[in-house]
Amino acid sequence: MAKLEVPETVKDKAAAEPGNPVFDVRDVSTYYGNFKAVKNVSLTIHENEVTAFIGPSGCGKTTVLRTLNRMNDLIPGARVEGDITYRGQSLYAKQVSPTAVRRRIGMVFQKANPFPKSIYDNVAYGPRINGIRKKSDLDGIVERSLKQAALWDEVKNRLNKSALGMSGGQQQRLCIARTLAVEPDVVLMDEPCSALDPIATGRIEDLMQEIKSQYTIVIVTHNMQQATRVSDRTAFYSVERNEESDTRTGVLVEYDQTAKIFENPSNPLTGDYVTGRMG
Amino acid sequence: MAAVTQQPAPGSAGPVNLREPAGWRRTKNGLMTGLMWLAFLIVLVPLVLVLYTVVSKGAAAINWQFLSSPTIPPNIMPLGSGGMGPAVVGTLEITGFAALIAIPVGVLGAVYLNEYGGNGILAKVIAFMSDVMTGVPSIVMGLFIYTIWTLQFGYSGMGGSFALACLMLPVVIRSSYEMLRLVPNSLREGSYALGASKARVILTVVLPSAVGGIVSGALLAVARAAGETAPLLFTILTVEQTNSNLFSGANTALSTQIFANATSPYVGAEQRAWGAALTLIAITFILMIVARIVTARFTRYSH
Repeated sequence: MAKLEVPETVKDKAAAEPGNPVFDVRDVSTYYGNFKAVKNVSLTIHENEVTAFIGPSGCGKTTVLRTLNRMNDLIPGARVEGDITYRGQSLYAKQVSPTAVRRRIGMVFQKANPFPKSIYDNVAYGPRINGIRKKSDLDGIVERSLKQAALWDEVKNRLNKSALGMSGGQQQRLCIARTLAVEPDVVLMDEPCSALDPIATGRIEDLMQEIKSQYTIVIVTHNMQQATRVSDRTAFYSVERNEESDTRTGVLVEYDQTAKIFENPSNPLTGDYVTGRMG
Repeated sequence: MAAVTQQPAPGSAGPVNLREPAGWRRTKNGLMTGLMWLAFLIVLVPLVLVLYTVVSKGAAAINWQFLSSPTIPPNIMPLGSGGMGPAVVGTLEITGFAALIAIPVGVLGAVYLNEYGGNGILAKVIAFMSDVMTGVPSIVMGLFIYTIWTLQFGYSGMGGSFALACLMLPVVIRSSYEMLRLVPNSLREGSYALGASKARVILTVVLPSAVGGIVSGALLAVARAAGETAPLLFTILTVEQTNSNLFSGANTALSTQIFANATSPYVGAEQRAWGAALTLIAITFILMIVARIVTARFTRYSH
């Protein structure tokens, strides 16, 4: 079976030195009640890189992503074992406030979820909850964020119109702009393009390349071409079936530079998945 | 093979039949559509009849003098002397204060049930009690306030407000709770992901998204309460002069005036009762329109 073509840029990046570690995940298992969703995940996510999580459905990619900004705290019964360090601090230490964590580690969701407010108020939402009240400051942030999300030219004349009147792709870019408006350190993206057409997807991928010099990005994707196009490193997850209890638990199979994962994976499972023989 | 050749092959000449085949399904569709229209008309009949009767019998009584003059005690008097002034003021005061108690408590209760209570035992007990409270007859609520409040502090508009608030509370809780449940979780997550605290998420995303439905539910409760008579009979008594002090002294309301006038045999009283009924309907109607306009401003971005 033919190997996937890996773009030159990715190969170049793969050879580059890794940035500072942002997240250090050690032996993390996540439970929903008694159900073990993922077990023993260990990986390091580096600064100013795009890290992709790939794998079949139910393998725990999204679960791991959501443990990185404590979004899983919102699910009753969810619990994390193991240790996640974010820039040297334990993310799940007692004195850590999930609110403070999420201000630094933003998230873009699978389904665009703009608030039923105006386009302007959507982008200004984050800065406002952080106490920015001055109109001129907010105007500047809104313009900068919408420009970063490559949406400014399309919406600059209708900032006061409802965000729900936009197309799906525009809504997703608005959600990205909303996330960038609080100037996070890390942007987590949970299949941000799964509901978008190839043109809108292309826009968002370009956008990721443009902003990664300022942010660290972790993206969950079902689209392997997308992983090769945008990411520097790729983590491949798979599902382990427990015969006794008939439950499925996600495991991290392999984590490496994207070029390595797609061209020369060390684990045969990875090879099967990325070449389309499995999953 | 024979069965296949009967149908024209796709792409071959000849029109393709895309119509619903005649038969039982088509008949059933027509039948059900007809039934729904019938049900709609049946629902419309009492509504139109009530409005028609009240307007045709009450319109003659309505003028400024009727709406503002003090009530004249012997309802032997013909229409044209005395009016519903005290009752209009009383209804506005009593219902308004009841709404002021029941709406905030009810909405906050619903927020607790949906956002904080989870599957906890307290939330379950509150939800159950609130549903039980919906079924308490209004006269029982009146007696309840009579025994715990009126017997201690005497007749006052506030006693009536308490009784009405008790009636409104479960309705407000239930309708607000249903509206909050409809707010998609993805909106809450979107807000949390920007670093909002729980209180902030509720105040800036959840409540604004649900405000239209919450206002509708609250209004329904207010409109129902404005027309309640039984709980007021025990708690506010009746007066002839306007009592603008809600907190002390007997008061009066349109609903109790309708009751008093309609149960007396004189023509003038009967006409006054119809006039009061029309006034009450008009007040409720105006309230509904004002609230709709206010809500429309809040929800202008929700579609």
